[in-house]
Amino acid sequence: MAEKTAHLRTTAEPASGSTLAAGTKPDAAVVRDALGVGVAVGLSGFAFGVTSAGSGLSLLQTCALSLLVFTGASQFALVGALAAGGNPYTAAAGAFFLGVRNAFYGLRLSQLLALPRALRPLAAQWVIDETTAVTLPQPTRRAARIGFTVTGLTLYVLWNLTTLLGALGAEALGDTDAWGLDAASPAVFLALLAPMLKSTTERVTAGLAVLLALGLLPVLPAGVPVLLSALAAPVVLFLMGRAKGGDAGAGTTGTKDAGPARTEEDR
Amino acid sequence: MNVWIAIALTAVGCYLAKLLGLLVPAGALERPLVQRLAALLPVALLAALTAQQTFGDGQHLTLDARAAGLAAAALALVLRAPFLVVVGAAVAVTAGVRALG
Repeated sequence: MAEKTAHLRTTAEPASGSTLAAGTKPDAAVVRDALGVGVAVGLSGFAFGVTSAGSGLSLLQTCALSLLVFTGASQFALVGALAAGGNPYTAAAGAFFLGVRNAFYGLRLSQLLALPRALRPLAAQWVIDETTAVTLPQPTRRAARIGFTVTGLTLYVLWNLTTLLGALGAEALGDTDAWGLDAASPAVFLALLAPMLKSTTERVTAGLAVLLALGLLPVLPAGVPVLLSALAAPVVLFLMGRAKGGDAGAGTTGTKDAGPARTEEDR
Repeated sequence: MNVWIAIALTAVGCYLAKLLGLLVPAGALERPLVQRLAALLPVALLAALTAQQTFGDGQHLTLDARAAGLAAAALALVLRAPFLVVVGAAVAVTAGVRALG
């Protein structure tokens, strides 16, 4: 149990290429780690299926999300925004921004896995929090590939199966709110967020984002407050850069900030 | 129909984000600021979503059983409980508070 937590906690850790060279790890141990994460998280597709069906999405729409989007936080964000009355574009934009982090996971994973070009479009669908958390700490390329494949496969199969069951079960449950299932999605977000809150920068960002999201909720259309709360990230980075004093620090932080923000909008 | 538009856009967008990461040369990640922003964006979004889905009710802010559920999830996280237990605790406590209230 502690093992799973430990792996989830590594999600936000910087990739260290040097671990690749150090030591080896038995295949069975890698598979065990991967299965632990894959099964635990895969089963929570049930909560997504129920939440999605409870938000008014059809069985087909719910399953399409798990099959095609396959990144839990984005899926929960999308059905949450649609249920709150958001229009399809702001809802999708929020879900997409949340999915952008997978691009950065992919950057790290592509070095570790060194996949053939032809395989990459297939492997891409499995580039998510959990596969990254399992793959990054592996000591060898072989272990990384096993970890990625086993986690990805287990999670994909279970997540889609339990989504289907959850969506089917939602009707049998009747009022899903009475069962407390509307608390599943914020709990999922919190579980993903917690290991990322390591330093003051992260905590201040989270706090500012919460203030923005709750403060803007009553005055802006559904979905927009979450999008705007993403601004907490560049704002805090800029302020932290300034706080560090350095004339250079403040200047470069300020000008570079515009770079990544723009490239993300371009996609 | 609106829902299908949202699903299609999200599916395409999220897939392209994943694929881009695998295809782009590693050098793109060299700049420390890009890394920092990439690490901070999900923090902001996840915090905002957690707050909104706990305290939001359409366009209104509200304090209900979900807050108790989230507190239970936070406690489970502090105790280093596995993912499923965290989500299960939130669901069970929310349902319990509603049953009592």
